Amino acid sequence: MKRQVPLMLVFTLALVMIVQYFVPNDFSLDTNEFLLKWIIIIGIFAMALGIWSLIRVSYEKIRRRVPGWQYPIATLLGLAAMIVFGFDYGRHFYTQEGLENYMFIHLFQYIIIPIQATMFSLLAFYIASAAYRAFRARSVLATVLLLAALIVMLRFNPYLGTFGVYLEKTTSWLLNVPNLAAKRAIIIGLGLGAVATALKVMLGIERAYLGRD
Amino acid sequence: MNKWGLIISLTIIAAGLLYLFIKSIRGRDVERRFIFLFMGLAVAVPILFNISFSEKATPIVKAAFDKIENLPPGSKILISFDYDPAMAPEVNPMTDAFVRHAMAKGHRVYFMNLWATGQPMVATAIDRIIKTEFPEKKNGVDYVNLGYKAGGTGVLNVIITDIRKMYLTDVNGINLDSLPIMNGIRSLRDMDLLISVGGGLPGVKEWVLFAGDPGHIPVVGGCAAVSAPLLYPYYPNQLMGLLGGIKGAAEYESELKRKYPRFAETPQPGIKMMGPQTMAHLVIMAFIIFGNISYFVLKSRGE
Repeated sequence: MKRQVPLMLVFTLALVMIVQYFVPNDFSLDTNEFLLKWIIIIGIFAMALGIWSLIRVSYEKIRRRVPGWQYPIATLLGLAAMIVFGFDYGRHFYTQEGLENYMFIHLFQYIIIPIQATMFSLLAFYIASAAYRAFRARSVLATVLLLAALIVMLRFNPYLGTFGVYLEKTTSWLLNVPNLAAKRAIIIGLGLGAVATALKVMLGIERAYLGRD
Repeated sequence: MNKWGLIISLTIIAAGLLYLFIKSIRGRDVERRFIFLFMGLAVAVPILFNISFSEKATPIVKAAFDKIENLPPGSKILISFDYDPAMAPEVNPMTDAFVRHAMAKGHRVYFMNLWATGQPMVATAIDRIIKTEFPEKKNGVDYVNLGYKAGGTGVLNVIITDIRKMYLTDVNGINLDSLPIMNGIRSLRDMDLLISVGGGLPGVKEWVLFAGDPGHIPVVGGCAAVSAPLLYPYYPNQLMGLLGGIKGAAEYESELKRKYPRFAETPQPGIKMMGPQTMAHLVIMAFIIFGNISYFVLKSRGE
């Protein structure tokens, strides 16, 4: 029963969703919306579960005094601060107006945005290092890739004059012909793969989501 | 300042690269810290000396601009901020330009998010652009912030048929039915244009797949540079136009400035950021070339 019930649920609901997609009447649309709301509710619970998991993992690290146990304290303090300020106790408790709270906006704008942007910006340094060490013309294909990358990057240079126009045209061709062809092939392949995987899940051939027990 | 800044920055970078070039032709490896140093200089110097370049809109950016420009004033445009703070420096210039353009044209703008982290971005964009540059525009009449709802593509699947099944109030808790801007708006199908700005999941692609295509609604996108090649297959039929990275934002800003000269004095973060980006690209290209010189020198020696 432990395995059969989930399998039956998956099969039945998948069948309902497939059938409703091809039957455009009101009942079908209402069923679709009803089931989609379940997905949203599950998403909200997943968010709550994620917060609980973060608190539990952080607490365990602090309790066991693992190396770097001080960092989870900062995590928990940050989490608590954003929740407290986000609820905006002063004016309207538990409304979305909390998102306009002075402290919430300032913590977001002057701490979270610069921190995350800095982390993302560090990529530039690693890309430069990787470009120097790994981007080598070791084979014909690697050379083609290297030349394409150079052309696409070089088009950003505003001082190329007439040469820049040709470069822009070459870049457009690279993006719109070989890149587009490859991307379209990948997208079609992904789509077919997704259909195949969905069918495997629906028919109970793929059961990894059930876990080991 | 700009001219001297350019000369000084190019001299510093050229001297550094000459050093790397000499090391490369000798077949010697360059330490990582030197690479980081030159990269830092390439980014920092143009910022310090305020170096920027003129931009011209490419067809894909021009198409996005024309789509908004050619809509009659009062058209309904929905802008979704689908990104997080990590992406903000790259895509905020796009949202700023879209909002500025839509407001200047007198369109009605509906803000929303599929990412929880996008909601404060909308609040700051409203403060930064609408309240500062268009103080005459009224919340609930000229624009409304619908806020964030969890569910990703599930939200799109619902609001494509009925927005009120997902959003009963705006972000301030005001009933949508009491807002003049919501008169005659039942679903996404009542919008004249959808704009999604983001680079992750859900993002521009999901707006095309779950809203634009099924609802036959035009979609324009803005995304991080790394995501742009993935979205090219949707242009021009499913995606009316696309702004890819800072370059796209800078091109849009230049087009906006050309069409509306009164925006010449407003902040142009995209154009401003193109200076450091151009320098950084030149340095990366030099690293690639020097790396290969070093590789071939070592190869010829049999090392």
